[in-house]
Amino acid sequence: MQKIIRWVTMVLIVIVALAPILPQFVWSFSHRWLFPSLLPSEWSIEPWEYVLSPSSRVGEGFANSLSIAVVVSVLSILVGLPAARALALHQFRGKVVIEWLLMVPIIVPGIVATMGIHQVFIRLHLTDSFIGVCLVHLIPCIPYMVLVMSSVFANYGTELEDTARTLGAGPFAVFRFVTLPGIFSGLLVATMFTFLISWGQYITTLLIGGGTIITLPMVLFPFISGTNYSNAAAISLVFVAPAVLVLILTSRQLGRESAVMGGFGKL
Amino acid sequence: MRWLSLMEKLRAPLMVLPAVALVVLLFFGGLVVGFSQSLGYFPAIGSFDLTLRYYGDVLTDNTFFESLWQTFRLALLSTVMSSVLAIALALVLRNTFKGSRFFTFMFQLSIPIPHLVAAAGIVLLVSQSGILARGAYALGLIDAPRNFPVMVFDRPGTAIQLTYLWKEVPFIGIVVLAILQGVGPQYEEIARTLGANAWQRFRYVLLPLILPGVLSTSIIVFAYVFASYEIPLLLGVRHPTTLPVLAFQSYQDPDLSLRPQAMAMSIILTLIAIVLLIVYKRLARYAVNS
Repeated sequence: MQKIIRWVTMVLIVIVALAPILPQFVWSFSHRWLFPSLLPSEWSIEPWEYVLSPSSRVGEGFANSLSIAVVVSVLSILVGLPAARALALHQFRGKVVIEWLLMVPIIVPGIVATMGIHQVFIRLHLTDSFIGVCLVHLIPCIPYMVLVMSSVFANYGTELEDTARTLGAGPFAVFRFVTLPGIFSGLLVATMFTFLISWGQYITTLLIGGGTIITLPMVLFPFISGTNYSNAAAISLVFVAPAVLVLILTSRQLGRESAVMGGFGKL
Repeated sequence: MRWLSLMEKLRAPLMVLPAVALVVLLFFGGLVVGFSQSLGYFPAIGSFDLTLRYYGDVLTDNTFFESLWQTFRLALLSTVMSSVLAIALALVLRNTFKGSRFFTFMFQLSIPIPHLVAAAGIVLLVSQSGILARGAYALGLIDAPRNFPVMVFDRPGTAIQLTYLWKEVPFIGIVVLAILQGVGPQYEEIARTLGANAWQRFRYVLLPLILPGVLSTSIIVFAYVFASYEIPLLLGVRHPTTLPVLAFQSYQDPDLSLRPQAMAMSIILTLIAIVLLIVYKRLARYAVNS
């Protein structure tokens, strides 16, 4: 009995996981696919030609989305990693306040902050700019990096670092050969989070980028509410590809690093 | 020596400084600017006098309350349904069985997929000429698209809820799964030998263990849905729409004088979110302790 429940559940998981994605492959190769046909009556690679054409701006959007997500992830690591380590391994005055400050953007809606920043950025000439968009993406990304990495550091012993130091390793060598391997799988998951958060941003990019910085969500958006399902599906698949790649790269860590996901229990 | 100990003392604060500075400047800075504008301080249009007028405007507007209810309803339903489903699925997935790694991967599949792609997929699935409607036609259940139930642009927001469920169940689920796999079967074994049945083992052994994880992730989900813009804009009815949509629409209006009102609306949205989260956390702590 338990076995039957398990297998029914598993089959349902697979069907539900793929149901919104697989039909988009078919749509992206269809030219005519009217109700009630279960498959397109005319196939075509037109949607993909459209995606590849400069007029669709998919290429531009892809390049912008990717470079923004990479810059945001690198910056999140640079500022988030030391902060996470300090919060997990050091005691200092005001620590509780700092923890609280860094977690607030995860649970408090960012809508006011986004609008407020927009006003400030207009004066600082940061609207319509790449840097401005990166900065606004950092708001949700830094807290996630700190949240995940501080729970990784909390389960991380510093004894090996001390040993390496006694053996004469410099700060860089200690980080490169001791710390980094110790936190690597956790860092991978945290970076996946920041990358995907930035990758999926819509309204923040629209507001701060002001239509000058075109990212993939902005290219896709009008097609979802429109009627050209074939183009919507093709763009949507371009949008999803790097994300799935990231999951494949990190899925083993996601399952193994219970400490990483356990970090969410501390909020 | 004194220099060294000072350095040692300053080390941790210096390590958190860049992150704190960025978050405080961007998030809290934005919050302060937004708040002052909601009070009518808006130099760009030559308005410096502080007033509560814009809050009054918002709070006497029926559209605001209809949108507030719609936002709250969508966020609450998505959060509760996601949490329950996530716990149930994690309980099945925690055991190792043939193919369990593959199924866990499939379970996680929607986590990296952007919400917009999920929305596009759900529309293609559940619209009146979508895949499900075609399947229903093929099975002879309906004879025209209009006979298929309306799930997109409907008042209850079915497509919106489905999109969130598809995205958030695995998010809560992997956290629960990680906790369950970290705990191992010992506690349950003990409970079993003490004569606890399946429900009792879940209620008194597993639930207290996974509850903190479920609480924090469901808070994240609630806050996300409560403040989200693009999904209700794409898949929901125009009236009543959700508060973030309403606020951003007034904010982006070419008429700049609508901005303070948009800010007031967003501030109220934020305050309500914070109050709800505090109440939720209190209730949850009470539930855990009792």
